[in-house]
Amino acid sequence: MSVVTDTVDWLLDADRWSGGGGVPTRVLEHLGYTGLTMLGAAAVAVPLGLYIGHTGRLRSAAIGLTGALRALPTLGVLTWFTLLLGLGLAAPILALVLLAVPPLLAGIYSGVESVDPQTVDAARAQGMTEWQILRRVEVPIGLPLMIGGLRSATLQVVATATVAAYVSLGGLGRYIFDGQARRDYPEMAAGAVLVVALALVLDGLFALAQAGAQRAARPSEHRSTAPSSTSSSPTT
Amino acid sequence: MTWAWDNRSIVIDLFLVHAWLSIVPIVVGFVLAVPVGWYASRHPRLRGVLLSGGSILYTIPSLPLFVLLPGIIGTGFLDPLNVIIALSIYAFAIMVRTAADAFTAVSPAVLDAATATGYSSAQRGFLVELPLAGPVLLAGVRVVSVSTISLVTVGALIGVRNLGSLFTSGYRRDFTTEILVGVVAVVLLALLLDALLVLLGRVLMPWSVDGPGAVGRLWQRLSGRGTERASDVAAAGGRS
Repeated sequence: MSVVTDTVDWLLDADRWSGGGGVPTRVLEHLGYTGLTMLGAAAVAVPLGLYIGHTGRLRSAAIGLTGALRALPTLGVLTWFTLLLGLGLAAPILALVLLAVPPLLAGIYSGVESVDPQTVDAARAQGMTEWQILRRVEVPIGLPLMIGGLRSATLQVVATATVAAYVSLGGLGRYIFDGQARRDYPEMAAGAVLVVALALVLDGLFALAQAGAQRAARPSEHRSTAPSSTSSSPTT
Repeated sequence: MTWAWDNRSIVIDLFLVHAWLSIVPIVVGFVLAVPVGWYASRHPRLRGVLLSGGSILYTIPSLPLFVLLPGIIGTGFLDPLNVIIALSIYAFAIMVRTAADAFTAVSPAVLDAATATGYSSAQRGFLVELPLAGPVLLAGVRVVSVSTISLVTVGALIGVRNLGSLFTSGYRRDFTTEILVGVVAVVLLALLLDALLVLLGRVLMPWSVDGPGAVGRLWQRLSGRGTERASDVAAAGGRS
């Protein structure tokens, strides 16, 4: 039990909650890397996903590519990029973007594809341009699935940003690797608890957003189970 | 690539260890998830609880779980068991959802037909529902297999030897070749295991491809009428 009490003591120690290596700073770093990665991934996945979903072109190429990307071990990509590009933000963020694109892309195009073709035809018959159909019909109706893709991508990035501390990134993973280097198990356990808590809180927020989008997209239907993540790819 | 050749005994050893660390969680997760998923498909209320429970388990990042398990279950910090247990939890969490979906999708009319033909509920479970759910279960195991093999590498960070050790050692020595050999070996293992699963699916579920293959026919003859009848029912269900 001493491991548990030591970990709790570590977490309750006021000194841990301020300063450069303090918990709030580490949480902000962690969220910062995650946000930066998701922006990068969205810049690729959103336009590509909307294009694939709307036109149906490149679909099999996208499925093949994302499948291949998922088989790549992230730790290998992370260490490889870091040796190529040197220490700093560029290598880990690039590796994380590579990890975030497949689930986000899958969420975006399957969201657009989930829209009933008759609804799209009706919109077209009313004289909407393709762009209007995309913006005012396909995106709002497909939004729950798209948020599902964003949810699984974000959670994978939060998980893998922890691993990225191995290549000298900041964030909550620092506690795990610094604790390991000092043979300080309570510090490692405290870092692990913090990452788990952050992941669960973010997942809860996404679940709420998804339920909200679901209600907005299909006000008449009351679904008991909101779709959670659209892809079952690993958290790292 | 000369490095890979010169160190082939190490790489092969790590490859085998990695395969072991991946296969055990995949099997454990599958064996636990199928009955639970079957049960959940019968009890809609339980289904919701199980699926959200599974999704919460799946949300826990792997490195923290590897770190926390020794403190929770009292294993040694470097014990490969931590990795095996953590990955079995993930495999179960993904598989239970797939299994529940697979059994829910079995047509009630087929189940009624089986009951009317005189199948007991156990016979119906094993000879009708399981084969009908088979193709979806197979798809689920293939997803689990790829993700498990990739996740095992993270275990190298807490000192559990596997192909991921080539990443940490290559990184420490500033030697990209070693990392690339590791990446290629991990991808090869994933492809190999996936091919084995597809092959296993063809042998066990000949009806899901194009009629029973040679092995499937042999299997049917060896295992008697029961299987034959089940696969007939399955084929009928697959078409409807």
